[in-house]
Amino acid sequence: MLSTSSKGIGKVIFSSSLGTLIEWYDFYIFGMLAKTISAEFFPEGNDTAALLSTLAIFAAGFLVRPFGALVFGRLGDMIGRKSTFLLTLVLMGGSTFLIGLVPGYKTIGIAAPLLVLLLRLVQGLALGGEYGGAATYVAEHSPVNKRGYYTSWIQTTATLGLFVALGVIMAVKSNMSDAAFTAEWGGWRYPFWISVLLVGVSIYIRLKMSESPLYTKLKTEGKTSINPLKESFGHKANFKMVLLALFGAVMGQGVIWYTGQFYAQSFLENTVKIEFMQNREILLWGIGLATPFFLVFGALSDRIGRKWIMLSGMLLGVIFYRPIFSSFLKNADTKEWRKESKLIADAAITTTIVKIDTIINLAGLNEKVVHSKTNWALTDGRQWKQTSADTLLSSYSGRAVEVGNTGNIELGSGVKSDTHRIDSDKILSTSLKWKFIFLVWSMIIFVTMAYAPIAAFLVELFPTKIRYTSMSLPYHIGNGVFGGLVPFIATLLSTSFANDPLVGLWYPIGVAGLSFIIGVFYLRNKKDKNIND
Amino acid sequence: MNQLKRLMGIIWMVLAPVVIYFLVMGAVHNITSTGTKDINKPVPWIIIIAIFTPIAIGLMIFGYYSFKGEYDKLPESSDEL
Repeated sequence: MLSTSSKGIGKVIFSSSLGTLIEWYDFYIFGMLAKTISAEFFPEGNDTAALLSTLAIFAAGFLVRPFGALVFGRLGDMIGRKSTFLLTLVLMGGSTFLIGLVPGYKTIGIAAPLLVLLLRLVQGLALGGEYGGAATYVAEHSPVNKRGYYTSWIQTTATLGLFVALGVIMAVKSNMSDAAFTAEWGGWRYPFWISVLLVGVSIYIRLKMSESPLYTKLKTEGKTSINPLKESFGHKANFKMVLLALFGAVMGQGVIWYTGQFYAQSFLENTVKIEFMQNREILLWGIGLATPFFLVFGALSDRIGRKWIMLSGMLLGVIFYRPIFSSFLKNADTKEWRKESKLIADAAITTTIVKIDTIINLAGLNEKVVHSKTNWALTDGRQWKQTSADTLLSSYSGRAVEVGNTGNIELGSGVKSDTHRIDSDKILSTSLKWKFIFLVWSMIIFVTMAYAPIAAFLVELFPTKIRYTSMSLPYHIGNGVFGGLVPFIATLLSTSFANDPLVGLWYPIGVAGLSFIIGVFYLRNKKDKNIND
Repeated sequence: MNQLKRLMGIIWMVLAPVVIYFLVMGAVHNITSTGTKDINKPVPWIIIIAIFTPIAIGLMIFGYYSFKGEYDKLPESSDEL
């Protein structure tokens, strides 16, 4: 057995995981700052910029990541794991840092979105090559009875990358005004610049590492693959295992991962309307408390096998997604909050009239639209903002209401029935916040179950000489394409069936359910003791 | 169990073109010149259909292999691959 000593494996895990974590961080900050980046590089009203923006969002995740898996997977099987995943780290770090240096559209025009698109595509390419290399590298250093546990450290990196990205953005944002953050050379660029330091440290550490012992042995014996792509996808015996890995495991894992960590965040912000900082606080707690379970389930998979742990994570998602998301909506329903009159009586309500528009309607009568903002605060800590546009009847000639007035408005009989009111920036009470944290934590536990054993599972499915190529492609199709499509398909479903706010969940539920069924019938639970072949 | 896997192979073979059909129909119904969401733009649909078509073909091949009994016994070691 070619496994490394306990001390040595610690270094292997640390060097591999740190680099992979940084790559995920680099990839996520772009998505999390999408609004600001959009305003800076892809201004509204410019069709070319809009097209480039769409390409930056969709092509990087869906086209380039699987392509990166093929390019770097092939390279990793031909020249070695260490050099390849060192290269992906340099590409990712370099492109992230450079995104932070590109001047805005106002300064250099269309060159700005073009450069950002190019760098974003390099990011996608690098990410496609990183994961397979790191997982393979760690697995090929691990003893058979700890392969699941050791590779689960690599599995924590995607979630921790998200955690660090959230933390850095929150830290930068909370230390400056919104204007300073979103300015052309403002705070939004700091997370991109910070990346170069992290990558520098990681490259230094990785340079000191040696090549995987299994790959070195293969190379010494002259048994490395000459054409990994052909051997992986051209030979039926191996190709059918690639398909099985994709449809029976990674596809389901991908949607579970994205629903629990990304869709939950977007749903809480855009549908439930939780206030920006509290939403991120909920996610940070959920991720922080759930992350150790990657290691728990990775270690457990060494004892009881990978299959049933992965499939249980998928099944739990299928069963509990709708109740959990439904609970988010129900518990943050301000109509219900208002009904609790006891609380309302003690509440502080302040209203500011923002502006009054005078409109002449079709019948030639004057109408006044009063735009106001009301801050509601209940005694148990719950708060929200209400934006109203109250249309007054043309006969209204009552009390004077002026812009800037504050206090309760008694619009009374002058208000028409088509008043528009939107509740947003909801702040939950402490107990409710912890309930939400628990629910998010539960969904991330499903992620840890589905995701923790998957690196060991994929490594054990393919032979050393084509392992990097064979496992990278299904991983990035499953995770990047199936998982990455969760927001798009959810929006598609929500638009088609507007009456059900939970309709978007049918996509991850359907894909995870399908993957679960294929997994149950086609996968075996046996651990491959010998990955030296 | 093997008989069941073979029967399920037929489902996977049928499912693949159904998925592509729904994606194309989704594109036809949602692409508009006036819409502002991503689902109203042609580029995301082109990318998604371009990437999903080979995946759906993969699902068909998976179904075919399953139907032919290729998954009746999974390889025990890399020598069998």
